[in-house]
Amino acid sequence: MKILVAIKRVVDYNVRVQIKRDGSGVATDGLKMSINPFDEIALEEALRIREAGTDTQVLVVSIGSQSAQQQLRTALAMGADRALLLSTEDESQIQPPLLAHALLKLIEQESPELVLMGKQAIDDDANQTGQMLAALWGRPQATFASKIELAAGLATVTREVDEGLELIRVELPALITTDLRLNTPRFVKMPDIMKAKRKPLEIRPLVELDLEPTPHLETFAYEPPPKRQGGHKVDSVAALVATLKAKGVIE
Amino acid sequence: MNKILVIAQHNSRELSPATYRAAACAQAIGGEITVAVFAEAAGPIAAAAARLDGVSRVITIERPENAHQLAALLAPQIAALAPDYTHVLMTSTTCGKDVLPRAAALAGAAMVSDVMQVLGPREFRRPIYAGNVIVSVRVPGTGPVFASPRAASWRPVGNGGEAAIEPATLELCLPTHTEYLRLEQEENDRPDLQSASRVISGGRGVGSTENFKLIYSLADKLGAAVGASRAAVDAGFAPSDLQVGQTGKIIAPELYIAVGISGAIQHLTGIKDAGTIVAINKDPEAPIFEVADIGLVGDLFKILPELEQEIENPS
Ligand SMILES: Cc1cc2nc3c(=O)[nH]c(=O)nc-3n(C[C@H](O)[C@H](O)[C@H](O)COP(=O)(O)OP(=O)(O)OC[C@H]3O[C@@H](n4cnc5c(N)ncnc54)[C@H](O)[C@@H]3O)c2cc1C
Repeated sequence: MKILVAIKRVVDYNVRVQIKRDGSGVATDGLKMSINPFDEIALEEALRIREAGTDTQVLVVSIGSQSAQQQLRTALAMGADRALLLSTEDESQIQPPLLAHALLKLIEQESPELVLMGKQAIDDDANQTGQMLAALWGRPQATFASKIELAAGLATVTREVDEGLELIRVELPALITTDLRLNTPRFVKMPDIMKAKRKPLEIRPLVELDLEPTPHLETFAYEPPPKRQGGHKVDSVAALVATLKAKGVIE
Repeated sequence: MNKILVIAQHNSRELSPATYRAAACAQAIGGEITVAVFAEAAGPIAAAAARLDGVSRVITIERPENAHQLAALLAPQIAALAPDYTHVLMTSTTCGKDVLPRAAALAGAAMVSDVMQVLGPREFRRPIYAGNVIVSVRVPGTGPVFASPRAASWRPVGNGGEAAIEPATLELCLPTHTEYLRLEQEENDRPDLQSASRVISGGRGVGSTENFKLIYSLADKLGAAVGASRAAVDAGFAPSDLQVGQTGKIIAPELYIAVGISGAIQHLTGIKDAGTIVAINKDPEAPIFEVADIGLVGDLFKILPELEQEIENPS
């Protein structure tokens, strides 16, 4: 089977971002960039499905600037078979509806049985692309997966929902978005990085897909969040309880 | 005038607090508010929706396929209703996050996730980068605006309303490719994490499932809900639905007590709107202290029993 994994290049989750001086955006120049953590989990899951013995090909795709080649190389080093970059230098374009339409075109060309992606990107935190793609594709979605079992053209997926764990069963082809507890991605080893250099990484300009204009949002202001005034400490349990009572939060 | 459609959220028996919050966001947009209840049997849910303040109409779409709020089944129905409205709202619970983007895509629309504030009918503020940046976004064009209110930003509306309830039918053939199996839920009678006024959360520092009993015990003393950091959930100390943070629940209790939690940005984003934050941590340099209104440095295994004692019999 063929599995398509979509990955996004994002500012590493350990980095605290700043707004540009002129307020025109988020300053990302020179920051450590990584594969979006949820997408890395999606890729790991695809690799585990392949390693479980089924004849599987893992295609990893990213939509973004030329620099995203770096993350695709990492994905190849982790074990993906092929990589594809749909390149665009206009990063403000990279919004869920556009991504969904671009990935749909790719699905039409590649006919995967399974599409795996992260439940959200940790930069825009939108949590939309997978659901939008599944809608346009007209196929089932199983979002926020913490367990996936494949058998006989069906996927049984455990989903992390607010109420607990929800189990659903979907027919393949299907789209699954991953939550944090699905797996722990492997570390990339030096020899794998060397081997990955020989694996195919194709670059296609996004414009070649001839997409119709897609709906999008316009961002017109970037601001820091209101700051919490913390930092006050007490030195005993009695003082803690007394302070809470004085504030009226406990009786 | 704006015509706002709020998608009701429920568990087949009760209208969930998420709907009360979506109604608050709808009021901030301003206009005529309709609530849509998709259910197998809408009875008590629709009755509760009809009492939401500011709502003028409730429509019920009853069919067996609507028993389990599956995105693949709800989305086409929502998209079919959307052209009659200027706005479609569904609070960003896991259900809202699952359903609304699918409906937006079918309706050919973009979507605004996690609306914190309404600036105008098509302009909203929302957090990005785990809440470290707040952006103002505009929805261009004239089609319906799809938006998910961020639960912690909206105070639930009251229930003094008296809206009319109208059954509706949608002639739609729904897909059969998705089957609901079951919900696995840990039964407990503690307050719900998302609406509780007090929350006690434990982190990796708590050390084990056994030790987590200390957290539960303090929570019971205070009538609080229990939460956990990702590290505590990953380690199996607490179930996943207790996770607080960027990828867990975003909460706004009056009192939040973080025990053995370091205060990673992904955790803090879940508690930014809390009233009073208390941190108990043995590391005086832990980032949690930067946001805590009251910090206490020390060993949680010593502090928690003392704290329970002090709450019962102040010294
Ligand atoms: C994409 C992504 C999403 C994430 N989403 C979330 C999320 O939603 N929620 C979340 O919480 N995290 C999330 N994380 C993880 C986050 O980055 C941190 O790893 C996590 O919050 C750490 O949990 P912790 O504070 O319990 O553990 P640690 O950081 O290990 O902190 C444990 C703390 O316990 C203290 N301690 C230890 N022993 C004692 C003792 N005896 N007495 C008192 N204090 C003690 C230590 O001093 C330390 O400060 C996410 C990470 C990523 C990459």
